[in-house]
Amino acid sequence: MTQDVFYNKVREIFFENKVVIMFAVICLFAFYHSGMTTTMFFNELFTRFGRNTFMVLSLLIPVVAGLGLNFGIVLGAMAAQIAMFLIVLWGGSGLLGIFWVALLATPIAIVFGYLVGRMFNSMKGSEMIGGMVTALFADGFYQFLFLFVFGGVIPIAATRLMIPTGVGVLNAINIGDSPNYMRQVIDNVSMLEILNVSFIAAIAFTAGMLIYKLAKKQPITLRGEGGFSKILLFLVPLTLAYIASFVIMPFLFFLYQDRLNGLVGVRLGAVTLALYNIYQIVQSKFVLKQETTPVRYYIYLGVAALLYAITLNTIIYSGLEHVGVPVFTYLLIAGLCFFIKWFMNTRLGQNMRTAGQNRAVATAAGINVDRTRVIAMIMSTLLASYGQIIMLQNFGVMSTYGSHTQVGLYAIAALLVGGATVSRASVKHAIMGVLLFHSLFILAPFASANLMGSALIGEYFRFFAANGVIAIALVMHAWQRTTKRKAVTA
Amino acid sequence: MSSLSEAKAEQPSILHTVQKAAADFGLPRVIILTTFIMLFVLAGIFNMNLPSFFGDVLRRWGMWGILVLAMVPSIQSGIGPNFGITVGILGGMLGAVLSIEMRSAGVFDFITNATMFGISTAMAAIVLGVFFASIMGALYGMLLNRVKGSEMAVSVYVGFSALAIFNIVWALIPVRTSTLILPATGSGLRQMINLTDDFGGAFDGLFRFQIGDMTVRLGLLSVFFVCCLLMWLFMRSRLGMMMSAAGSNPAYARASGINVDRMRILGTTISTALGAVGIIIYAQSFGFLQMYNAPQFYGFTVVASVLIGGATVKRARIFDVLLGAFLFNGILTIALPLANVMMPDVPGVPEMLRLIITNGIILYALSKAKGGR
Repeated sequence: MTQDVFYNKVREIFFENKVVIMFAVICLFAFYHSGMTTTMFFNELFTRFGRNTFMVLSLLIPVVAGLGLNFGIVLGAMAAQIAMFLIVLWGGSGLLGIFWVALLATPIAIVFGYLVGRMFNSMKGSEMIGGMVTALFADGFYQFLFLFVFGGVIPIAATRLMIPTGVGVLNAINIGDSPNYMRQVIDNVSMLEILNVSFIAAIAFTAGMLIYKLAKKQPITLRGEGGFSKILLFLVPLTLAYIASFVIMPFLFFLYQDRLNGLVGVRLGAVTLALYNIYQIVQSKFVLKQETTPVRYYIYLGVAALLYAITLNTIIYSGLEHVGVPVFTYLLIAGLCFFIKWFMNTRLGQNMRTAGQNRAVATAAGINVDRTRVIAMIMSTLLASYGQIIMLQNFGVMSTYGSHTQVGLYAIAALLVGGATVSRASVKHAIMGVLLFHSLFILAPFASANLMGSALIGEYFRFFAANGVIAIALVMHAWQRTTKRKAVTA
Repeated sequence: MSSLSEAKAEQPSILHTVQKAAADFGLPRVIILTTFIMLFVLAGIFNMNLPSFFGDVLRRWGMWGILVLAMVPSIQSGIGPNFGITVGILGGMLGAVLSIEMRSAGVFDFITNATMFGISTAMAAIVLGVFFASIMGALYGMLLNRVKGSEMAVSVYVGFSALAIFNIVWALIPVRTSTLILPATGSGLRQMINLTDDFGGAFDGLFRFQIGDMTVRLGLLSVFFVCCLLMWLFMRSRLGMMMSAAGSNPAYARASGINVDRMRILGTTISTALGAVGIIIYAQSFGFLQMYNAPQFYGFTVVASVLIGGATVKRARIFDVLLGAFLFNGILTIALPLANVMMPDVPGVPEMLRLIITNGIILYALSKAKGGR
């Protein structure tokens, strides 16, 4: 690699990540002036990450399918809140209560997603403004439902949820007290419960596979298509851990926790990332015997090493030491990340990608573009409703008329801060974006209080940052589109 | 078969003509017109004071009118409904704040007549507001020239961002007038600025008369009508024609030697400047200047108003402005007292109606504009 090529490469990387770098610099500046301790900051950041990331991830599929930034996720949040209210009304409580909320939110969100998807098909090219307007339009009906239909049309006996006149639902619904104790029930699932359930599920799955193969008189093999080696890869460690939980007492006590120590969590994440990439490198070098190993594995390996090294720093160390990471919520987020990666490689996911890149080509290839777009919208709305449930249980209180209104703005701004654009977004952008955007959210009021003497300026600044980053992304997208069009016609 | 259908096409039945006329008029407009009439009938049935209501409708018509009128140059010049009218509104607010500072500094003290004093302060606010709005509007127009095809989504968020920047400006701007300063902190502007000492009611009080219970604020309405007339004249001038041509058929306009991009900037600038005039007229009638996030969704309201009047995202006439602003404000004005009588237990009915009508009509226009392309 000559000096010039190397220089160009560095410049390219810098240019690709300009948004991320800019926000990282702003965050560092704000942190320096905020006077916050790392403990306070990390605690807040890890909480916000668990609360918001699921919602941000729900934006990815429509971007790939060519629908742009889905301002319609607000409807998913509304579906979650309608379901939440009804389950609270019917006395749901605990983790089971949340499960019922999710189950009830599912059909509502699917219907909403379907309707919005159909509408977006009639306004191709204006989906984003359409989404913004739809969110407000739906809010009108949402208010009608909660202020008039509940109590006015459908009589509701539970006076604790209603405005004193009996018509209309209260401003805030408490889900942190009996009879509806749902506050942080997802966050509070202990590692032991997770282990037990996944062990039983794995056993049941293996047994099911065995019975299926025996019934079909198929050979039971270890390797190859339908072999058991992949299942054993999960089953053996799970079984070992399950046995260990009975035998090794300190391990059992560790598993009793529902929060993972931040330090352990970050180090574990770094080690997992490193192991995964070492596995990939070994796979590519010695098993598949590829000529060139992709550079990104080495980069990720470096990132993992850097992450681990950072935790050795005293300031970071002391900050992370007192942070509790809600294990189950983070597992759900990780699960969704893997689901999205997997889904994008399925046939439907590939069709979405094609439809997103060029509708004419997709139609010529026999893809039903309109149907694909509707499916993308349904999935996004559904995931957004689950995201809203995670957010609500974390807060422990639902602001009936306010919890959903800003969801679209903040989720989209976070995704864009992570370096996504209107037509390109990935899991990496979502995670990076949530970390940076919410760092700014935490720090801006403190920094402005110290610098300007008023925390209000910081609040205005983060309002500006959220709207400004969306405005810039929209301008950049449209600008590129017009220059491309000019280039084609010229 | 073909001859049969040809014969049908040659002799359009009356029913067919009616259907076509209804389709041209648009389903939402039919719904809104019937809602408006129904609300009036209901108000009559509930024995409410119709003339007084009608006076209020006229007042709100004048209050919102110029802001709605600002949609005409933007739609005609081809940038579409200007959701970013917020930019102009902010310019107007800045002009108003400076005018208030000038008043407290004693600039207008030589005017002894109270009416003339009010009008002078209002005119100062308008001149300053138009000055700032025109500069911002020209820049905003240049930006919109680079995002052809996505103007609406961009303009919404450009408006929001400008609002956010001005929030910081309002919090930091050094002012000396006591009616401006937030008393709690001693610095920064208030949420609501009382205009009694300034131009509050400057035009509302002019030529005001009563017909029974109906108050007609002829001064306010005259300002609105004069603006409409000027716009009508401008649209018929050579420049106005060129601007409309650039909007309706850019390729043809370019071929006939019109600088399309410059016409779009002109349209945006006029629209933005009208936004500044509009907010000052609005504030003088309301009696207060609302700062910070208050005008965030005014853009949606005025876009919906002009669409209700019969405009599309490609074409708007002065008549659409007059009709749309009247119907939209008519419904909202009557809905509030009517809801209080009919559904006394339900708060926020006008807000619901406003959200549904505003955004419903915009959605309808969007789906008509680019249907299935």
